[in-house]
Amino acid sequence: MKERKAIWLPDAASTYAGDVDALFYFILVTSFVLFVGVMTAMVFFAWRFRRRSSDDRPAPVKENKIVEAAWILVPAALVAIVFVWGFRVFIQMNVAPPNAMEITVRAQKWSWLFEYPSGARSTELQLPVSRPVRLKMSSADVIHSFFVPAFRTKQDVVPGRYTYAWFEATRQDTFPLMCTEYCGQQHSTMLSSVIVQSQDDFEAWLQESLMAADAPPAERGALLYVQQGCQGCHSLDGTGVIGPSFQGLAGSERVFTDGTSALADDNYLREAITLPALKIVEGYDALMPGVYASLDPAEIDALIAFIKEQ
Amino acid sequence: MTFTWLMTSLADATQYRAQPSPRMSESSGTLKHYFVSSEQQFDAAKMGMWLFLVTEVLLFSGMFVAYAVYRAWYPEVFALSSELLDWRLGGLNTLVLLASSFTVALSIHFIQKNEKEKTVVLLLLTLLCAAAFMVVKYFEYTGKWSHGIFPGAGFAPHDGYEAYNIAYAPQFFSIYFVMTGIHGVHVLVGMGIFVWIVSRVVRGHFSAAYYTPVELAGLYWHLVDIIWIFLFPLLYLI
Amino acid sequence: MSAPGQNYLNASTGLRSWLLTTDHKRIGILYAVAVTTFFLLGGIFALLVRTELAAPGETIMGPDTYNQAFTLHGVVMVFLVIIPAIPGILGNFVLPIQIGAKDVAFPRLNLFSWYIFIIGALLALSGWLVIGQVDTGWTFYTPYSSDGSTSVLWLTTAVFIAGFASILTGLNFIVTVHKMRAPGMTWNRLPLFVWAIYATAIVQVLATPVIGITMVLLFLERLMQIGIFDPALGGDPVLFQHFFWFYSHPAVYIMILPAMGIISDLMGTFSRQQVSGYTFIALSSVAIAFLGFLVWGHHMFVAGQSAISSIIFSMLTFLIGIPTGIKVFNWVATMYKGSVSLKTPMLYALMFLFLFTIGGLTGIMVGVLAVDVHLHDTYFIVAHFHYVMMGGALIGLIGGLHYWWPKITGRLYNETLGRIAAVLVFIGFNLTFFTQFIMGSRGMPRRYHDYAGLLEQYPEFTALNLASTAGSYILALGLFMILFYALLSLIRGRKAPANPWGAVTLEWTHTDSIPELHNFEKVPLVTRGPYDFHLADDVFGGRDAVQGTT
Ligand code: HEA
Ligand code: HEA
Ligand code: HEC
Ligand code: CUA
Ligand SMILES: [Cu+2]
Repeated sequence: MKERKAIWLPDAASTYAGDVDALFYFILVTSFVLFVGVMTAMVFFAWRFRRRSSDDRPAPVKENKIVEAAWILVPAALVAIVFVWGFRVFIQMNVAPPNAMEITVRAQKWSWLFEYPSGARSTELQLPVSRPVRLKMSSADVIHSFFVPAFRTKQDVVPGRYTYAWFEATRQDTFPLMCTEYCGQQHSTMLSSVIVQSQDDFEAWLQESLMAADAPPAERGALLYVQQGCQGCHSLDGTGVIGPSFQGLAGSERVFTDGTSALADDNYLREAITLPALKIVEGYDALMPGVYASLDPAEIDALIAFIKEQ
Repeated sequence: MTFTWLMTSLADATQYRAQPSPRMSESSGTLKHYFVSSEQQFDAAKMGMWLFLVTEVLLFSGMFVAYAVYRAWYPEVFALSSELLDWRLGGLNTLVLLASSFTVALSIHFIQKNEKEKTVVLLLLTLLCAAAFMVVKYFEYTGKWSHGIFPGAGFAPHDGYEAYNIAYAPQFFSIYFVMTGIHGVHVLVGMGIFVWIVSRVVRGHFSAAYYTPVELAGLYWHLVDIIWIFLFPLLYLI
Repeated sequence: MSAPGQNYLNASTGLRSWLLTTDHKRIGILYAVAVTTFFLLGGIFALLVRTELAAPGETIMGPDTYNQAFTLHGVVMVFLVIIPAIPGILGNFVLPIQIGAKDVAFPRLNLFSWYIFIIGALLALSGWLVIGQVDTGWTFYTPYSSDGSTSVLWLTTAVFIAGFASILTGLNFIVTVHKMRAPGMTWNRLPLFVWAIYATAIVQVLATPVIGITMVLLFLERLMQIGIFDPALGGDPVLFQHFFWFYSHPAVYIMILPAMGIISDLMGTFSRQQVSGYTFIALSSVAIAFLGFLVWGHHMFVAGQSAISSIIFSMLTFLIGIPTGIKVFNWVATMYKGSVSLKTPMLYALMFLFLFTIGGLTGIMVGVLAVDVHLHDTYFIVAHFHYVMMGGALIGLIGGLHYWWPKITGRLYNETLGRIAAVLVFIGFNLTFFTQFIMGSRGMPRRYHDYAGLLEQYPEFTALNLASTAGSYILALGLFMILFYALLSLIRGRKAPANPWGAVTLEWTHTDSIPELHNFEKVPLVTRGPYDFHLADDVFGGRDAVQGTT
């Protein structure tokens, strides 16, 4: 368990998070004061003017125009302040500095994939500290939402268009990253992390992961298994999570919902990855996304090689 | 179904106005017990109908918004696609509907004068126009379908219409079919109402003293007409 | 008055006489029975949701069941409970009497609306039984709803039909208020409850057709892929959100305005004081109704709409806080130099002020652009809307039911039990939902079947969730207690006098303990405002002259 500093919001870790927090606490405190004021008046009146006899009939009170005007003007002034403030911070959160590093984000049910300018990929967002980063995000299926509480950043990831977000991390640490737009069965496990490291460590990591692309197929397949999100649905230990486990899959006899069956050879595996809707394995639903048709052939080979090793 | 119910319920409020004179029925004791006067009854029915028409307009306005949005995004595709719609058939239908609005207005005029035969004839003419409208629609729709112009997934233009096989043309035709389709349903409902009204006129339910359902049906019909007046240029002309 | 002992309850008997009634009072009771049943059902789904979240990991159900449970919870609570509740039950029962009418303008239409509502409701629930898979959330966002493997067709049809009922009810009330007022019942003598229902009715008539057409388009999208909302076909999912919220934001005022009307009446009666700022409160209802149409985009600050639209929507959102504030301050001011009695209905009115103010102020908080980016789709939002919907609208309804109970049934409930239940509800509610503000601020996303994956960073979520679940049980206990003593009062409650609270609106001063079939023998002549206690000598002076029973 980590040491927490902030009392209400999570500890902040991006350049604009401080501004958001200041605004948040300002509204919180103002609201609290207003609320306590209203409640005090309410309780006090209820007690002070409590009914003393069942035929009490108090004289009507004349309305006070000044009071009436005050409670129009004071809230109006308060919301004006809050609006302008919120608007300025929002603009700041929306306009990325021109020197920002661009990272491509692909969301799909139920995993994240990050692609760096050098071509490296990962399922956890790796960032250098103190460097503005701009995300260019797209979704392969339904709407997801990219949320890092520590950065106070959130942006829906919408199929059929790009959406953007930017931030600059201020300290080295690992932060949770969540999907906050409901996207179906495993919405609550569409989690990942943001790993913020020093510029040097980040460069080193990039090098390392680029090398992985030249690795032997089965090793590369292992990487893709994680990156492409297969591991969200297929286990390696024989348990059927959402899809069948890869353990002992290759070469076995597969039975389908329509009663037919087939041997899991290379061609079957290729078809199962690129056209999953064609044959549905008995005992499972047609939940596997169709997006893998767009993997390049080398990647599919790598995946098949990996599956065969299990 | 809903609509006929609504009409009956609204009309119900004024049924007992079938008295020698609307102003005198108060004393006759046939006024619905919860109204004080038959004016009140009549005003209420009319206001109810107007409010209902407002909701109809809003229902269509949702589709007009969808149309406007897509037209703004893909003006060229929309311009091209609308060329496929035959403005002559659309224009013909516009005239037919305008004529029917006129005959409805006249029928109300004659029932106010207690001339029931003329009322019936005019209402039948209205029905005829409505039927003609639907026939023309039928030919328009089947003409599209035979070339593979379907709303949604079935969209696959062929036999000379290949030029429309472009991105976002399906959106135009989906919007076209949905809008004109829902409008068509309103025409059909209107026809049902007129059949019912005619039968009641024939049975002598209405007179100069009490004709609220005829008037309400007329109001409804004008609305159907007006909506078409907007649909026609938007879909066929521009 | 009419034949002694004759009233709307015993004027005719048998199931048929109820199911075919056109009496607005009986229709109100039909709504009460239906809505209470649905509330119970929605509540059971809520308790299932909370039980699953009581501990990390899978507690009682898997993710699919959970997703269906919160979807049905939301759909039932919104479309089958809170939207029809107050207009359907109290609007029907009270409004015509309050304006001195013998019924609504279209009694048959009124009954018809109830049937459409029931058909819609049965469709919504049977879809769940027959097809069993709607898991889209109550917001039906595309493309999840348009090409997921679940069947949304039933539910969209059901929402469409239930919407029709809402439109017809609103239409009926507008005409009734315009055309059916008794002589002397001028616009500035309308009880504030009537004003509120009237403003609500305007929103119902203007906004509901839009959800209707949205549901039609979604239906067609699923049925034949018309490509308007589905990005895979070139459609735009954000357009769907605009359509949806264009209705669903105004809909939140369909939920809250009637409750505000109840609170106004309660504050007046239980303070025996003119409701402070009558005109402001009446007109602010109308102002809220109209402004409510211009702010829908505040649900979409991070959805990918343009920054400019977000800014405009945020600004308009704040404007709503001002008329609402006027109401809150005026309600409190009504007690000033009044004679305040803390009977059960008044306890609920004060509870409303407490909870609704929290809900409203947090609404302002999430209306602030930069802050909403962090809070959107977290439990902070869940807490916000439960504070306004459950803590505001439904607490208002419960207060109103307590207030008019003697008029509806002719019986008094047990005051002590009433107060105990109120305290349970208050404690349970705050325990359930205040904890959610804390979790939400720290980033707990909503619609999460499981939060085990978050615990490494947020170990406190376990305790907070458990507290929230415990709270929901206390809340449920309180609500069941209400149901219990309400039913008990029917069997052995004391007979109620015609005007137990000393109120001065027509339903108390001009009807019997239980109103007669057509409310009044002859149409009342109204000579004073709804809260003119100082002019009401007939109530406080020679009472027997006016009232049959006491
Ligand atoms: C009864 C229902 C109801 C009501 C009345 C409200 C009232 C308000 N709501 Fe709420 N809202 C919902 C139901 C409701 N809401 C629901 C269901 C959702 C979520 C839907 C979903 O996603 O599933 C939601 C979501 C929601 C969002 C979107 C959040 C998000 O998803 O990111 C926003 C953002 O602006 C918002 C704002 C407001 C505001 C400003 C008010 C205002 O009307 C509140 C005004 C009241 C006050 C301000 C308090 C009293 C005033 C004073 C004491 C005076 C002092 C005031 C000031 C100084 C301002 N609401
Ligand atoms: C009117 C609206 C309403 C009401 C009253 C409630 C009431 C409750 N809600 Fe709900 N809720 C919603 C509307 C409402 N909710 C909506 C719209 C959503 C969003 C759904 C979505 O994301 O799609 C939601 C989501 C939601 C969630 C988030 C789920 C998620 O995101 O994963 C949770 C979690 O705690 C929750 C809990 C509760 C609880 C504990 C209650 C309790 O208050 C319930 C208590 C009630 C009972 C236990 C029933 C007892 C009744 C009787 C005994 C009858 C007696 C009758 C009378 C007194 C008249 N609700
Ligand atoms: C959203 C969940 C999901 C993801 C992500 C997913 N799958 Fe699947 N997969 C399934 C389901 C469910 C089935 C069983 C139904 C079927 O046959 O389509 C399946 C079936 C398969 C099969 C056939 C298995 C058998 O038992 O015959 C293969 C091979 C496969 N997936 C490979 C992959 C690979 C490789 C990836 C990643 C690149 C992947 N899947 C990603 C859900 C998923
Ligand atoms: Cu992806 Cu939720
Ligand atoms: Cu809103």
